[in-house]
Amino acid sequence: MSNGTLKQILLLTDGCSNDGGDPAAIAALAREENVTVNVIGVLEEGSLNEEAYEEIEKIATAGGGISQVVYMKQLAKTVQMVTRQAMTQTLQGVVNKELSQILGREQEWDDLSPEKRGEVMEVVDDLGERVDFEVVILVDASASMRNKLRTVQEALVDLSISMDSRGGSNYYTLLTFPGKRNDTDIIKGWTSGITGLSGLFDKISVGGITPTGPAIQAAIQQFQSRKRRSMISYGEDEYELEERGS
Amino acid sequence: MEKTNMNSRNEAPNFPRGTKLLGKWNRNVYHILKPLGRGATGIVYLADSKHGKVALKIGHNSMSITSEVNVLKHFEKVQGQILGPSFIDTDDCIVSGQKHPFYVMEYLQGVSVFDHLKEHGNEWAPVFMVQLLGDLSRLHRAGWVFGDLKPENLLITGPPYRVRWIDVGGTTIKGRAIKEYTEFYDRGYWGMGDRKADEQYDLFAAGMIFIHLIEKRRFEKGKDGKQTLMTCLERNEQLRPYRHWLKKIVNGAFQDAEAARTDLMKFIAKREDRHRKVDQPPRQNRRNKVRKKAQKQPALVGIIDLVLVIAFLLITSVLYLVGQMI
Ligand SMILES: Nc1ncnc2c1ncn2[C@@H]1O[C@H](COP(=O)(O)OP(=O)(O)OP(=O)(O)O)[C@@H](O)[C@H]1O
Ligand SMILES: [Mg+2]
Repeated sequence: MSNGTLKQILLLTDGCSNDGGDPAAIAALAREENVTVNVIGVLEEGSLNEEAYEEIEKIATAGGGISQVVYMKQLAKTVQMVTRQAMTQTLQGVVNKELSQILGREQEWDDLSPEKRGEVMEVVDDLGERVDFEVVILVDASASMRNKLRTVQEALVDLSISMDSRGGSNYYTLLTFPGKRNDTDIIKGWTSGITGLSGLFDKISVGGITPTGPAIQAAIQQFQSRKRRSMISYGEDEYELEERGS
Repeated sequence: MEKTNMNSRNEAPNFPRGTKLLGKWNRNVYHILKPLGRGATGIVYLADSKHGKVALKIGHNSMSITSEVNVLKHFEKVQGQILGPSFIDTDDCIVSGQKHPFYVMEYLQGVSVFDHLKEHGNEWAPVFMVQLLGDLSRLHRAGWVFGDLKPENLLITGPPYRVRWIDVGGTTIKGRAIKEYTEFYDRGYWGMGDRKADEQYDLFAAGMIFIHLIEKRRFEKGKDGKQTLMTCLERNEQLRPYRHWLKKIVNGAFQDAEAARTDLMKFIAKREDRHRKVDQPPRQNRRNKVRKKAQKQPALVGIIDLVLVIAFLLITSVLYLVGQMI
């Protein structure tokens, strides 16, 4: 029996999109597909860009996820923390919904007594350990990101150490944008574990416009194509966690 | 569902002295005295209550507060020794229209490990390690792994001096993935293992704490983490007596915390032996190594303290061994 599947888009970007419309709108779409969008803003020490901050936060809010702006040095730890927290948050949403079904009314986390919250948290922790996890890693490879990609790569390897230490299965795919011909390029197709990631970023060409919205759209499609494939291989017994944070 | 934007997570409220908190569920009253410290998940205040002085942690993120309470409650069930501050109460309070989750725990009065070493000398470092390993052993036997073990999460109470841990936010059920970690103490960061919660994960962190206590600094992993670490062990003269033990502990060679503890005791005993042979009081020995020590401290008392603690540790481990044999 499956433990359910959790889907995330992890967007790493350093700034403002300039092509393809409002990325927050696309992120809102992702949410409708039960995919949460988490955004990590990668900044250079000392730089502070209000517009970038705002966009990063808006995408995550619309996508039901978490955002965090970091400087290069803390990147690895932050990627891990954000992913983990987003996971907990989504699972909490799932459990919340189950809860109101069981109790037959709109019982939410915040209305619960601390004792009840503790019990729910144990269930969430337990699910977080066992749930299957699919993440599309979406890396901004526009010109300004050039000298950050090494650090991004290290952070992703670090993320895989954490995720692979869980009980549940993990599937990753890595996309960069802008792509050579399309909005995104698939750097690595769906695999379990981000091993063999080193060197991947060396090949990609950085530069061009920053079509963040269309890139998120492409990420959503990755989940759909994966689902189609897995339906063929496993039959139709796979089910998803129905989640919608309130 | 609450908003969990991490940019605003540190917005635990700043309460001035005298702020009165009324628990919504349990109706207990707390008076804020002063902040004790702040971290990633919230602010810890010293507060007055019907239980006397307590530490009260108030957070922005209700989930992490709940997680920590769960851990503290589990610790309560581990009979015998106290692991971490004991749990007192958890509740919500409403201050200026905003709801804040909080929990209350035993107030541990003490100083940081570094402050203690500065005042009383580096020879306390292995002593605290022995104490820590004993606690870890009890924790592990109860099925838990501490996770985010680092000097900031330790406090020295007493006299009699005893290392205690605070901040149980990273504590994880054995076999699961580590929830929280800090790079320098994380074996995953050094490329020396995964982040599965097992005994060796904590032991690695304990070893790194020891290195940090003696080295007095953290360093980055460089190109090859393991190599950097081994080079450090070879280079630092003060680590020399423990080099062998440290290599074992960071390489995950000990079966459990108890094995690491007994082994460390052997090294300490050897050192003490050497001191006696050279007929050099440890005090003098220390003076060369430790920079100027605060003079006002009665030195002799410090030494006697240390000797007593070491003697006690030796006796308990002998008793333990005898107990094992029977
Ligand atoms: N029970 C206690 N007694 C005395 N002081 C305490 C207690 N608990 C916490 N403190 C103080 O408050 C500080 C912050 O607490 P704590 O480490 O729990 O916060 P945190 O948000 O979990 O931090 P982080 O996750 O960044 O380590 C501690 O470093 C310590 O100085
Ligand atoms: Mg702490």
